[in-house]
Amino acid sequence: MTKSLIYSLAVATMTFGLTAQAGTVAPDTVEIVDMEVKASLTGAAGDPGAGRETFADRKKGNCLACHANADLSEQLFHGEVGPELNGAADRWSAEQLRAIVINSKEVFGDQTIMPGFYTTDLGVRVTDKFQGKTILSAQEVEDVVAYLLTLKEN
Amino acid sequence: MTKLLKNGRQWVALICAGLTASLIVQPALSDENAELSIDGVEIVTKTAAPEDHPLDEILSGWRFRSVETQALQTDDFDNPGFTAVDYGAELWDTAEGSSGKSCASCHGAAEDSMKGLRASMPKWHEGEGTLMTLEDHINWSRKEHQGAEPWKWESSEMLAMTAYLGLQSRGMAVDVKVDGPAAEWFDKGKDLYYTRVGQLDMACSNCHEDNYGNMIRADHLSQGQINGFPTYRLKWQGLGSIHRRFSGCMKNIRAVPYKRGSDEFTALELYLAWRGAGLSVETPAVRQ
Ligand code: HEC
Ligand code: HEC
Repeated sequence: MTKSLIYSLAVATMTFGLTAQAGTVAPDTVEIVDMEVKASLTGAAGDPGAGRETFADRKKGNCLACHANADLSEQLFHGEVGPELNGAADRWSAEQLRAIVINSKEVFGDQTIMPGFYTTDLGVRVTDKFQGKTILSAQEVEDVVAYLLTLKEN
Repeated sequence: MTKLLKNGRQWVALICAGLTASLIVQPALSDENAELSIDGVEIVTKTAAPEDHPLDEILSGWRFRSVETQALQTDDFDNPGFTAVDYGAELWDTAEGSSGKSCASCHGAAEDSMKGLRASMPKWHEGEGTLMTLEDHINWSRKEHQGAEPWKWESSEMLAMTAYLGLQSRGMAVDVKVDGPAAEWFDKGKDLYYTRVGQLDMACSNCHEDNYGNMIRADHLSQGQINGFPTYRLKWQGLGSIHRRFSGCMKNIRAVPYKRGSDEFTALELYLAWRGAGLSVETPAVRQ
């Protein structure tokens, strides 16, 4: 049963396609090498202000579900499933942060609970509405990365 | 604040209303060392796990709830699940179907005949040759003995009856058979427990095995035990079945849930019952 599900999922993904915008790297062609994604997915720099909103939005990044982040102290309830993100930019480069947000499993390993936000490597039985879709768009990933780069303590 | 209320987090919102918003506020935490006793009956909410068990210790969801929610379960007069229990007791005595018999006509007092049943569910049914949940057993008896129509899984009748029957096992240790013909179901349930589903690509284990005790946004993650079902959830404003809870968790990770009463959820239920072996039945429990 599981096999046929995976199969139908694969077909769905192919048929509806993940048609990338011109100049945008499609999720199934992103290259993560040595835990890094070198270039911007859109070819342009992200907007940290928009990234801050995507980060907090429960229907988008919902990053606060798992991560505390002092920069967003006006928001209630920060999760503790993942590490605090204060000073994340002191620990990780832009290229690494991009890889983490795109598909954290390539950086932290298969067992991580953190979802891949721009990957087609998803679980089985994805809700119809989200079939063949990534959690974030390429632009949103770049915005979040730009925002993460502002989280400095040093 | 209005948004919070809409999200059904009344309790959390009320508790936080008095706190300054400039802090990273955590919702009211539970007292993880509290012990549960109801009307003088000790309820086991923490027990050592056997050696072949994936957890170090087995903890009831009650331990993870806020002090206010915990309190609702310590007194049956405060427990909102008891309206349904009373209705269940009424249904037990009501004649139904072509037989014109009530449950009591055949089984007598539920306090005696139904004691221990919940603690052993789901279990293998020789006659039907399949693994059956408490709901399945109830509908089977309605058909075979009463000549009555089955109740829908999440109907107020079924919830009332499972709550009433579950109560007859309250305080007894969960103890399911997972060998013999149940073994295949156990393996299937275990498989489902560790299978990543949905767009968020998570398995039950990611939250309830790897992260219990941690806050996921405003929710305090428990081990996802099923010893309290059907459970009165403040968010639901009523009782809900085990399979409703499974369904909710799957939807949250953007996965298509299996159907209530499906083989998949029945298998998962057996596996989860085993993970909670030794905990007391708490039916009807109260959760946020
Ligand atoms: C369901 C939980 C979850 C969600 C949602 C989540 N993360 Fe994570 N994240 C983790 C965990 C857990 C780790 C630590 C690695 C591990 O243990 O697998 C982590 C690690 C990280 C790290 C490295 C932190 C460090 O300093 O070592 C960054 C950066 C990060 N996440 C960013 C994000 C962003 C941005 C989002 C939202 C777009 C997000 N995470 C959403 C669970 C999550
Ligand atoms: C993204 C995290 C997450 C995942 C994945 C998840 N759950 Fe949950 N689950 C929760 C939260 C949050 C609650 C409510 C708080 C609690 O009891 O943990 C909950 C509650 C439960 C409860 C009720 C516990 C009680 O004491 O009343 C059960 C049972 C449960 N989950 C089973 C499952 C099963 C089975 C799966 C896999 C199909 C699953 N969960 C996947 C987050 C999750």
